[in-house]
Amino acid sequence: MRKLLLRFRYHLAIFFAVIGPGFITAVVDNDAGGIFTYSAAGARFGYLPLWTLLPITIVLIITQEMCSRMGAVTGKGLSDLIREEFGLRITFLMMTLLVLANITNVMAEFAGVASSLELFHISRYISVPLAAIAVWFLIVKGNYRNVEKIFLFACVFYITYVISGILVKPDWKEAAIHSVQPKLLLDSDYIYMLIGMVGTTISPWMQFYLQSAVVEKGVTAREYAKSRIEVIVGCVLTNVVTFFIIVACAGAIYSVQPRDIQNAAEAALALKPFGDYAFLLFSAGLFNASIFAACILPLSTAYSVCEGLGFEAGVNRRLREAPIFYLLYTLLIVVGAGVILIPNFPLVRMILLSQVLNGVLLPFVLIFMILLVNKEDLMEGWTNSRPYNLASWATVVIMIGLTLAYLGIVIRGVD
Amino acid sequence: MLDGFLFFTELMTMPVHDLKGRRIARVKDAALVPLVDSARIDRFLVGGAYGWLTLRYDQIRSISLRDGIFLSDEQLTPYHDDEYMLRMGRDLLDQQIIDVTGRKVVRVNDLTLELKNDGVRDSVSVFEVDVGIRSIFRRLFQGVLPPNWIRWLQEPIPPNSIRWDLCNVVEPDPQRRLRLNISYQKLEQMHPADLADIVEDLSPAEREAIFETLDSEVAADALSEVHPKMKASILEALEPEKAADIVEEMSPDEAANVLSELEQETSHEILDEMDTAEKTEVQELLEYKENSAGGMMNTEYVALPENASVADAMAALKGNEDLLESLNTLFLIDEEERLAAVIPVARLFLAAGNARLKELASETLIQVSVDEKQDRVTELFDKYNLLTLPVVDEDSKLAGVITADDIISVLRQK
Repeated sequence: MRKLLLRFRYHLAIFFAVIGPGFITAVVDNDAGGIFTYSAAGARFGYLPLWTLLPITIVLIITQEMCSRMGAVTGKGLSDLIREEFGLRITFLMMTLLVLANITNVMAEFAGVASSLELFHISRYISVPLAAIAVWFLIVKGNYRNVEKIFLFACVFYITYVISGILVKPDWKEAAIHSVQPKLLLDSDYIYMLIGMVGTTISPWMQFYLQSAVVEKGVTAREYAKSRIEVIVGCVLTNVVTFFIIVACAGAIYSVQPRDIQNAAEAALALKPFGDYAFLLFSAGLFNASIFAACILPLSTAYSVCEGLGFEAGVNRRLREAPIFYLLYTLLIVVGAGVILIPNFPLVRMILLSQVLNGVLLPFVLIFMILLVNKEDLMEGWTNSRPYNLASWATVVIMIGLTLAYLGIVIRGVD
Repeated sequence: MLDGFLFFTELMTMPVHDLKGRRIARVKDAALVPLVDSARIDRFLVGGAYGWLTLRYDQIRSISLRDGIFLSDEQLTPYHDDEYMLRMGRDLLDQQIIDVTGRKVVRVNDLTLELKNDGVRDSVSVFEVDVGIRSIFRRLFQGVLPPNWIRWLQEPIPPNSIRWDLCNVVEPDPQRRLRLNISYQKLEQMHPADLADIVEDLSPAEREAIFETLDSEVAADALSEVHPKMKASILEALEPEKAADIVEEMSPDEAANVLSELEQETSHEILDEMDTAEKTEVQELLEYKENSAGGMMNTEYVALPENASVADAMAALKGNEDLLESLNTLFLIDEEERLAAVIPVARLFLAAGNARLKELASETLIQVSVDEKQDRVTELFDKYNLLTLPVVDEDSKLAGVITADDIISVLRQK
């Protein structure tokens, strides 16, 4: 018994040792938008989309790894580096796009808060303002570091998808086949869904956030090997969760009747093996994911912008010392939460727009990243190897191709 | 007000005219040669039909915002990179520098240049480094709007600039630092805590550069104030000799703390380079567990024999001037070095010179053993409102003291 206890403590220690910037970024990646996108994919197309997960994981690992390596070697954030190497105008343009894209991302998170609590008939006019105020105070006045541990622990919620994915008795054979066999349907909804999956998994803000977090943690080039493992483990875990979300939805919804998911109540059906607790579990999980991302997104955006444009930043600075930082941070939360409360606000369109902006920004971010990571005077022996570069440029080309296709579809769809 | 001034953004792309008034090139960059003059723009790098050329300041007749640059000597030499040159556009713009009076790290958006005429020629020198929104505005619209418009439009935005002589450029490469005449002497005047804040904002290479060149004593003070995690990585990056010099200047408890954070191999390397006296002291402290009283204490204290007088105490203080700033307690020890009494220093002022120290002792003697737990120690400080707490070893011999600032650091880290 004692031995068992010791063993458990050992595993717990490992768990918290692994947790760092890479892991957190990967976890936040499965935010409200992510959960909805994956659920919708599974409910509508069953096991078909599973094959995308392997390439998405690889692309995610490649991008995240480059960011954390740059952070560890240079000790500078991504926006710092872009500013120093490419000048103010490009930085300004990137930062403007980043703010616009992220403000709509923040909206999506607060929409997640609203819909998770509406399952309990709590009006969004109560839940969203309260959540916004809570987030603001938690970061500016509170002790975010401690609360982060709670958020992370609450992410254990994703295990419910794993359990559910097993309990709904999915067709494992089909799941296995579709995991490795790429299948393209010439169906605009299908393509749209595929691109949406890539878009929610790899977004620009993550690159900025991850690199700053690595710098802030003080990881040096010498300790970098550990961080690399963490990044890879994080990316793999995220996509394992994605796999089970899709499988659970395929088993619980698609196998009964393939359909589009309209609201959170339908998405919660994926957890139906939990019976009456399905709603509770789903809304708790969605709420946690949304709030976690709503804490990180505005903060990381304000940081990146202020770093890049040379304004003082940081919650440990006073309002008078870092006015622009606080202004931006507050604005992101107020606008992000505020629009959710506007009656008849075209939320779905705004979220679409956020995906478009993300899509426009991402190829630029990736290109800058590859250019930066290959600068010998910056990276001192930590530049990409030739095969690695080949893989990363291939990633960029694929992402640009997907983005263009996506833009085409969205622009046609919006008109 | 801006008549005698020129912004670097305005200088860029300014046309250059030869003796006959024909436009032959445009300004691409400008450079200081700090070894010659720390502020005067010594060379203009201009791009013409045949690539980049170098234009010395004494080849210029006039410079004006409206008409551009007119030469007095057309013999321009082809540009070649010269390591003694600090190029404004390449090396300064968009980079971080230290604002010494504002005590922070800032990013350079633009430079304000002072336009002077010495009767023979116009020359420009760097006057201020521009940060903040006004200079961002200028950069964004440079080349898009005419310079006059930009000057007019920026008027309502409050300026935010730092005098050039109060700035400190950071250069990680020591060779280049010499050639560019960069020193960190200005930083040595700052309060160590401010310096630590600045250092935390820089990249590892820049951090290392600063600690490498700072005076060891200043470096030690600043390092003590740096975030604990960063301390170790700074020391690890330095040459063991320099690291040892800095560690020697730290108080023994701080030194032991930092060294215990390092990898064994590195900390041994540093210890090997240290003087024997400091080394043994630090090594003794390293024996204790980090979160025990022994790990928290330092060994810098003043102890006197039991029967000493006030005059003896004064003499002892005279011999320990470096401790005076934070010293508030004296200790009395018996023949076997066991702690006998604690005397608040302030009581000495009210006592006659021949009074026995024993008579001035605090009524209760509060002490802890070296392996007392950290939590218990902080509790005692709170309960008895202590400034200093003596720590004794297993034979009740005085081993060290814990001071209130140690407790504050411990509590802050929680």
